[in-house]
Amino acid sequence: MSLTNYLVLAAILFTIGAVGVLVRRNAIVVFMCIELMLNSVNLTLVTFARASGTVDGQIMAFFVMVVAAAEVVVGLAIIMSIYRTRRSASVDDASLLKY
Amino acid sequence: MVQAPEISLAALAPLLFVLGAACVGVLVEAFGPPEGRHRVQVAVALVGTLGGLVTSLLLAGERQVTAGGALAVDGPAVFLQATIAGLGALSVLLFAERSLDPARSAFVAAAAVPAGSPRDRELMTSSRVQTEVYPLTGFAVGGMMLFVAANDLLVMFVALEVLSLPLYLISGLARRRRLLSQEAAVKYFLLGAFASAFFLYGLALVYGATGSVRLADIRAAAAVGGTDLLLVLGLALLVVGLMFKASVAPFHAWTPDVYQGAPTPVTAFMAACTKVAAFGAILRLLYVAFGTSEWTWRPLVYGIAIVSMVVGAVLGLTQTDLKRMLAYSSIAHAGFLLTGVLGLNGGADAAGSGLGATMFYLLAYGLTTLGAFAVLTLVRDGAGEATHLSRWAGLARRSPLTAAVMALFLLALAGIPLTSGFTAKFAVFRAAIDAGAWPLVVVALLASAVAAFFYLRVIVLMYFAEPVVDGPTVGVPGLPTTIVLAVTVTATVVLGIAPGAVLDVAERAAIFVG
Repeated sequence: MSLTNYLVLAAILFTIGAVGVLVRRNAIVVFMCIELMLNSVNLTLVTFARASGTVDGQIMAFFVMVVAAAEVVVGLAIIMSIYRTRRSASVDDASLLKY
Repeated sequence: MVQAPEISLAALAPLLFVLGAACVGVLVEAFGPPEGRHRVQVAVALVGTLGGLVTSLLLAGERQVTAGGALAVDGPAVFLQATIAGLGALSVLLFAERSLDPARSAFVAAAAVPAGSPRDRELMTSSRVQTEVYPLTGFAVGGMMLFVAANDLLVMFVALEVLSLPLYLISGLARRRRLLSQEAAVKYFLLGAFASAFFLYGLALVYGATGSVRLADIRAAAAVGGTDLLLVLGLALLVVGLMFKASVAPFHAWTPDVYQGAPTPVTAFMAACTKVAAFGAILRLLYVAFGTSEWTWRPLVYGIAIVSMVVGAVLGLTQTDLKRMLAYSSIAHAGFLLTGVLGLNGGADAAGSGLGATMFYLLAYGLTTLGAFAVLTLVRDGAGEATHLSRWAGLARRSPLTAAVMALFLLALAGIPLTSGFTAKFAVFRAAIDAGAWPLVVVALLASAVAAFFYLRVIVLMYFAEPVVDGPTVGVPGLPTTIVLAVTVTATVVLGIAPGAVLDVAERAAIFVG
């Protein structure tokens, strides 16, 4: 199977993630969509590593995973703290700051 | 057998100093006794940032690529590292201010306690302070210093996250108006993570197009196949990710909300240091990696600069909150900075005046905006800082000194002669005209004129309006804030009247390596 298929799949996953961030309302779901975008990047990196016959891309995918894990810790802490006050994780409810 | 990369510890000293101090801060937080911890943490954070400042000043004139080619320690990197470390030290002083708020700190006593709960109200009046904010700031400063020296897209990405993650946290730690602060943190986090996903996808596409993420290799590959679709797409996505951090319109949606919701000392830190770091990375990416394929990004940056200046200046007019107004001012200034970015023609080796001018602008703007936010922490009423414009009416009669200092900063932001803002704007506009971008400079001058209106409106309000009854009080700053105000006022005046020496240093530092 041609490697292009994997790149197209990754691009589709990235787009689904990006659209999800823009249309979903729950902060947790928005965050999951961002994780989907990061994982589509991993797929792209691994595919390009395969295509070029080097391991650089695979190592970069590890870096991305570690950074994504750190981001989850910080992100969930922030979302939790606002949830405990408001009893809601909807990004529409958080609307004190505007104009 | 894996060959260990060659690492020059001397060239990495500023980074090691700042990050080492942050690690010590974590240990103090874990094992130090709670009483007296605040003083120790402030001392550790100051030693780290000032050490970073001194070591980077000692590195002046250094030109080398180290750590296996991952870091470039060159003129722009050292100049911007010194700027970030210095502004970071001033921000730490603002964080350490304890005599303004009756609760003795701008930061929440226990971030895990839900806002508005009985326990929260109890803690509100206690004099307990939280000190996690100092090591977090240390890591953010370290990440920013790494960001401007990154010679590799992957290192750039890791640095981007190291600087962003602590910022997401500390912007949610306000002592008062906690809901607003938490909301700012959520917005900053979700949009920031969204932008770094774009940066990362750009990284992957550039890797696919060139087979490397090293900036020098990308430059070599771009020189051959500069119009490769994959490469151009990757470049565009990288630029989007970086422009987001630099709060350039149209990627500015988070800026006003986060600037308003975050604790004011944190806003000062973000406005000054993040801007410097993000522009450092933009300059390095565009000139080192894509210096040979200039015509693929020039029109894009040209358009973004115009949008940013217009959006910042026009929307700034409608603001009624001072923190929000300064946020839109920061968006407009990002546009002015981009005119400087466009003012450098030639490749990475050309010592163009645009690069030096942009670095001088970053230094001048960072100091002025830090000072302006420091003044905002002084004017308070029962609910904390009084940032609504109407509350500032007639402030000059209540406290002539505060009003005069604020007026100076606003004049500098507007770019009035004899302040640092004028010198900086003059330098970037001249560089842009030299590069033939005069239509952009015409737009920039018009935007400056519009922006000057909302700065001057605050000055008129402070000096010529009747004071409001039961208006805000002006707090007497303690030693830390006094130092910050003294340094920023001096710098704003000196860089306006006698900028020669500093401009010269910036010009001489303006050579990229790599």
